[in-house]
This record gives sequence, structure tokens and C-alpha cells, in this order.
Amino acid sequence: MAEAALPHTVADIYEPSLFGTYSKKIGMWLFLLSDSLTFGALLYAYSYGRISTPNWPTPFHSGSIINATIMTGFLLTSSLTMVLAVNAAARGNEKARVLWLLATMACGIGFIVLHAREWSNLIAEGLRLPIFPAVPNQEVASEFVNVSKTVPQFAATFFGLTGMHMLHVTLGVVYLGIIALRRKFIPILFALWLVAWLATPAYSPFHYGAHVLLIAALVCSLILWLKPKVYDAADVEVAGLYWHFVDLVWMFIFPLVYLMSTKII
Amino acid sequence: MDAFQHAIEQRVAEEQRHHSVAPFFWVWGTLLVLTAVEVYLGYQNMEPKRMLTMLMGLSLVKATLIIGYFMHMKYEVSRMKWLTMSSLVFCLAMMMVFFPDALRIISLGVR
Repeated sequence: MAEAALPHTVADIYEPSLFGTYSKKIGMWLFLLSDSLTFGALLYAYSYGRISTPNWPTPFHSGSIINATIMTGFLLTSSLTMVLAVNAAARGNEKARVLWLLATMACGIGFIVLHAREWSNLIAEGLRLPIFPAVPNQEVASEFVNVSKTVPQFAATFFGLTGMHMLHVTLGVVYLGIIALRRKFIPILFALWLVAWLATPAYSPFHYGAHVLLIAALVCSLILWLKPKVYDAADVEVAGLYWHFVDLVWMFIFPLVYLMSTKII
Repeated sequence: MDAFQHAIEQRVAEEQRHHSVAPFFWVWGTLLVLTAVEVYLGYQNMEPKRMLTMLMGLSLVKATLIIGYFMHMKYEVSRMKWLTMSSLVFCLAMMMVFFPDALRIISLGVR
């Protein structure tokens, strides 16, 4: 009879979670809430500038809009593959989990490449920040001749907002790579850094921006060395939350930055 | 990881197993269609304030779908839903206090 009074399951021993879920997931939600305020402030600043500046430039011709629409398609598709990775992990299907995570990363890399191309084109046409290195023999396109002088907040908000988002996508790809491949991803990350660093000209912001990958590789090596573990379904779900957040933020950046500055002929 | 965390994770994994993937494909399709509508609106010659309102309205619908389905908020307990979403909406709404100033700047020097 004394045995019947003893708790039999862990749920009997511990008090249930206030939010009905595990602490790792609550931690990620708290981080995402704070990060959404960061992006919220940047998006509000952009909207403020857009509304209060009557001569706001509209440099995005159809090529840029098509490019940004394909980028949006990449991110939306990556969210679908991420959901399928979470589902596969919950079902214990290891092979499908890794494959869907790699598909998500491929979409993320596609997004970054297209975005980097868009940035490079705009910089080559003359839209730039004062901290960017000078482009040799540059011919500034007519729509950007006076933009830096008359509406300097356009380049500042555009590069600030999209750059911050690109950094999040890049770190998201690294995060998913570690969850999918663990230690095997570290040499790939170093290789990606070398390719990004050596393949970009010295005047490109991506030449020094590529060092983000080097820092990420070093940090990930340290984490995996200090706490080696097999990532479970919960880790995939938490990584998925971060990835969907990155997708979510783009759903506001795309209409605000691109569609509100469309060049209508 | 302690035993309680492990038990919770097992329960969440069990919940995930029962989710059909079909709604996620529907949500993905709807998001793509809404994106196409936004691009169409981007090419309409509208007053910026009106266009901003319409595009942000569509973006809010897309955000709700992503948070609800892809981020699984729809399946969380109501306490989690209300605390996270209401605090987020409140904080973001507080930032709107600056917009009247943006509109005031347009009319400066006119009167």
C-alpha cells in the first residue's frame, strides 16, 4: 500500500511547465520576441522616412522586383521544407530530417546569393554607404546621382535593414547546418568562408562581410567541443522557430523596401 | 537534460507525430498567392500612405499564417499564445507613436 502512494512518472514528481512546453522552446520564443522589437524599430524607421520624404527615390525596376520576388519564394519554400524537417524529426526519420534540413539550407543559400547579387548591382550603379570602399572607375546611374545628397536616409535604411536580415539568414543557415551535420559542417563552413572571401573583389562589402562565416565557424567549433551532443527532435523544432522568424521578418521587408519603392514607367 | 524536460520533449514529439502535413502545403500556397497580390499592388500608382496600409495588412495576414502554422503557435496552450503575442503586439504598437510626427513633417513650411 505504501508503494501506491509513491509517484510513478516524472510528471508526478515535477511541477508542470507554466507554458505547457519545454524550456528550450520558451527560451527561443523570448529571444525571437526581443529580436522582433529590433526589426520592428528598423521597419518603423524605414516607414517613417518613407512617409515623411516626398522625394523618396523609387529605383527598383522590374529586374529588382522579379529578383526580390524569387527571393521571397525561396524563403517561403524554405519554411515549408523546415516544417517537413521538424515533422520527420518527430517521427524519428533521421534520413528525411537531414535531407529536409539540407533543402532548407539550399533555399537559404539561394536567397543569400540573389540578395548579394542585388546589393552588388546597386553598389555598382552608385547606391552606397560612406563606409563602403570606393568602387574603381564607377559610373553612377542617373537615378542615384543625387540620392546620396538629397535622401541619404534611403541608402542608410535600405542597407541597414536588408543587411541585418541577411546576417540573420546567414546565421540561420549555419545554425541548421550544425543541427543537420554537426561536426561535419565545420570544414564546410571554413570552405564557404574562403570561397566568399576570395571570390569577392576587395571593394565589395561582402569581401569583409564574409568574415562572419569565419567567426561563426570558430564559435560553432567551440560549442561542439565544449558540449558535443546528438541533436534531437526538440532541437530541430527550436531551430525551425528561428528559421520561420527570419522568413516572417522578410514578409514585412519585401513590401516595405521593394514594393514601396517600385519604379513605375 | 533533466527527466522532466525529457518527458516534455517526448510529449511534444508525440503531438507533432499526429500533425498532418497537408495544412502546411495549403499555407505555403496561400503565402505565395498573397505575395503575388502584393507584387501586383506594388505596380499600382497609389498614394504611399494607402499603399503602405494595404501592403502591411497583407503582410499581417502572412505573418499570422506563419506564426500560427509554421511556428506551431496554433497548437500551443492558450497561456503561451496570449502572453507572447499580446506583449509583442503591445510593444510594436507603442512604436507607432512616432508616425504622426512623420506626417507632420510633410506639411512643414507649407502653411
